[in-house]
Amino acid sequence: MAQNAEGVEGLRSVPALLKRNATQFSNSPAYREKEYGIWQSWTWSEAEKEIEALALGLLNLGVNEGDFIAVIGRNRPYLYWSMVAAQSVGAVPVPLYQDSVAEEMEYVLSHCGARFVIVADQEQVDKVIEVQEHLHQFEHMIYIDPRGLRKYDHSRLHQFSHVQDQGRAARDEHIKELDRRRGGLGYDDTCVMLYTSGTTGKPKGVVLSNRNIIETAKNSSEFDHLREGDEVLAYLPMAWVGDFIFSIGQAYWTGFCVNCPESADTMMTDLREIAPSYYFAPPRVFETQLTSIMIRMEDASPLKRRIFQYFMNHAREVGPKILDGHSVGTLDRIKYALGEFMVYGPLKNALGFSKVRVGYTAGEAIGPEIFDFYRALGINLKQLYGQTEASVFITQQPDGEVRSDTVGVPSPGVEIKIAENGEVFYRSPGTFVEYYKNAESTADTKDAEGWVATGDAGFFEPDTGHLRIIDRAKDVGNMADGAMFAPKYVENKLKFFPNILEVVVFGAGRDKCCAFINIDLTAVGNWAERNNIAYASYQELAGHPKVLDMIQSHVEDTNASVAEDEMLSGCQIHRFLVLHKELDADDGELTRTRKVRRKIIGEKFEDLVNALYDGSTSVYTETEVTYEDGRKGKIKATLEIRDAKVVPVTPKAVAAE
Amino acid sequence: MKDTEGYMTADGRQIGGVLMEMKNITLRFGGVVAIQDISFDIREGEIRAIIGPNGAGKSSMLNVISGFYTPSEGEVWYKGSKRPPMKPFEVARLGVARTFQNIALFEGMSVLDNVMTGRLTHMHAGIGAQALWWGKARDEEIENRRKVEEVIDFLEIQAIRKTPVGNLPYGLKKRVELARALAAEPSILLLDEPMAGMNVEEKEDMSRFILDVNDEFGTTIALIEHDMGVVMDLSDRVVVMDYGKKIGDGTPDEVRNNQDVIDAYLGVAH
Repeated sequence: MAQNAEGVEGLRSVPALLKRNATQFSNSPAYREKEYGIWQSWTWSEAEKEIEALALGLLNLGVNEGDFIAVIGRNRPYLYWSMVAAQSVGAVPVPLYQDSVAEEMEYVLSHCGARFVIVADQEQVDKVIEVQEHLHQFEHMIYIDPRGLRKYDHSRLHQFSHVQDQGRAARDEHIKELDRRRGGLGYDDTCVMLYTSGTTGKPKGVVLSNRNIIETAKNSSEFDHLREGDEVLAYLPMAWVGDFIFSIGQAYWTGFCVNCPESADTMMTDLREIAPSYYFAPPRVFETQLTSIMIRMEDASPLKRRIFQYFMNHAREVGPKILDGHSVGTLDRIKYALGEFMVYGPLKNALGFSKVRVGYTAGEAIGPEIFDFYRALGINLKQLYGQTEASVFITQQPDGEVRSDTVGVPSPGVEIKIAENGEVFYRSPGTFVEYYKNAESTADTKDAEGWVATGDAGFFEPDTGHLRIIDRAKDVGNMADGAMFAPKYVENKLKFFPNILEVVVFGAGRDKCCAFINIDLTAVGNWAERNNIAYASYQELAGHPKVLDMIQSHVEDTNASVAEDEMLSGCQIHRFLVLHKELDADDGELTRTRKVRRKIIGEKFEDLVNALYDGSTSVYTETEVTYEDGRKGKIKATLEIRDAKVVPVTPKAVAAE
Repeated sequence: MKDTEGYMTADGRQIGGVLMEMKNITLRFGGVVAIQDISFDIREGEIRAIIGPNGAGKSSMLNVISGFYTPSEGEVWYKGSKRPPMKPFEVARLGVARTFQNIALFEGMSVLDNVMTGRLTHMHAGIGAQALWWGKARDEEIENRRKVEEVIDFLEIQAIRKTPVGNLPYGLKKRVELARALAAEPSILLLDEPMAGMNVEEKEDMSRFILDVNDEFGTTIALIEHDMGVVMDLSDRVVVMDYGKKIGDGTPDEVRNNQDVIDAYLGVAH
């Protein structure tokens, strides 16, 4: 399409979209942020002025075209402006995870050679200062919140508002240059660089062009009929590609409003106040919310509890059908309407989901009960499958074809093929340009024709055309007897139990599967309280015989369900233990997006893995932990190892898909 | 006698002239002498600690400063003039705010309402205007709320803004109490054992807030505290009391090496 080569209506960059929005939607809100207890808002034309002032200020500080500008902090309008201002002056924004420790930041900042860093507050300033000696290209840092920073050496440190003031003052001097740079932004110029969280090894810088972002934003906005009046709550890490697509790509394409919460702790209250119409959350958020609803319902009066149960049962039966547009009897509809009035409506209101028109979850598999619960309430929750390298979208579920076990059909413009070994490959307008300064990895991932390996194994369901993902392709292996081993498949089944937070299954190349399990402190703690079980620490609760009994029954239930799947029946869990500590990103056991790092865990807890396989009934272990302030300590524990019942099956060798 | 010179702290903060001065304070309850002939000063912008073993008379001293007790003998000088005997609310109007050793909040009220009570000295509208929320009362309320929200933001308690204080854990109640005192925009802030009963992490948070308050608003702070580590880290100058007498006064280092102080803490035969 000739139109695409040029960009629709000449809109070839985010700053160009900003200009259009500032004219077309000048008085509708573009950003809101709750501060001092009030929602402060900026219209598109106000946002344009703020961004321009900052861009002029950056020119004043000497930003060159092609420079990298790192952006670190929680979701705030100022930081979104920073990214767009960076683009306006021809620089490349690089958002970083705000909870990264200093060494992680050092790697990313020196890898991209950021000359400028824009941060939220003192915490981030301190981290950058800590590593600045090793950052040869680093020159200036701009901070938003001046608190606690007054006494810092300000030779390289600038306050955000001052940079803007200086930009406004020097407008005459720099505006020509700014116009030249904004006008010069091409469709294939870099829009943003995002570092992958790195399930394996060091993070890689994914370069995404304006074409990637704008085409993807356009296609996906049209797919879900997003429009100008929509509201989103921006609360997921700014360094994550999804936030960039939702809060910048789609927001600038359709002109909807991005709302930023007051602080991480007030997210739930802010969600309720804003009541977004377009909402994204990883499964964990939905899980946590459901758990807290259930815990609170347990404490409600018997009458309320009965009403809740009665209508929820009805909703589970007919709610999803109504949502998918299937035929439902009149009486059932009346009953559902009554339920809406008495239970669903107030519940959705309390959760902040009253106005959700399109909701997405992705990143991990979501438990069918959790998924069905929200759909039963009439919330149009759907799944999508994507990754940073694809500018998010690979597949997504169209309205009316939503199921918990598939990830949907290819997104508009995306081609998909499944390789011999089951690995999923895709090609799309959103396909990334390259890994920055890493031609080798780029070549490994993307071939000459533009096909990208996802690293996930999956297959298309023949009758529906929906994609199903089984596991990471490299994690899918064989057991000693040749049976297929897909750890994630089993782990997800276990994680659907509210009492289980995290699971790591071992078994590749071995004769049986064994598992590490992390209990969910909220759910199990509540259960303990209800059953008069006293405990002083996480470790003590995790090792309590009654907790082990409960987990054992969950494992056995899971085994029964795994046994039903012909391909994967060999993955039943024979032995398990409950870990004495929560797996934590600070200890390197999880990624910052909370995915388990299988290999690292296997090495770190080698003694425990050995104990699982050598038949012993208990094991003594010492583990190093990192506290929040960076100090290290050791915890010691003796863990009990339990055997779980398995359903006997005749092992089957796997035929290639 | 009048000293307006001030001094420079080790970390480079300029401390101003004398803000409040105790001159030969003695406080008696019947035959019991709680405070005996104590003199010291508090300078502008300084963090001043009062320490001592149990029953040394620290809280009594703080109550003298806040105007709750009138000293039996001696004078309190504030901002360069002698302070006549006053009711505590009159002292509060002069810009003295405090927190309490045993939390004294309105348990049934929300955090926001509790902190708003700290603005009481800044409300001047008549009862009629307040009842109708009209004119001056409304302007004042909006202004006061803005100030309170700044304090809430500063102490990072946004998430509990609407929560009744009774439902909060101890550490947060302490922080709310600090918020209420700060809302009064005091020129001198009195903290009575701000860290009592806290765990290490809560203590660290509270220390950071105390330093930030002093740094951001330039508020003079006088505090009583048992945790010696905290006191030595936070304060610029320390007064040490024992059995109602002053046994030491100086920088943390000077006090730490003072033989009388060591004896008082480690115990010698009296």
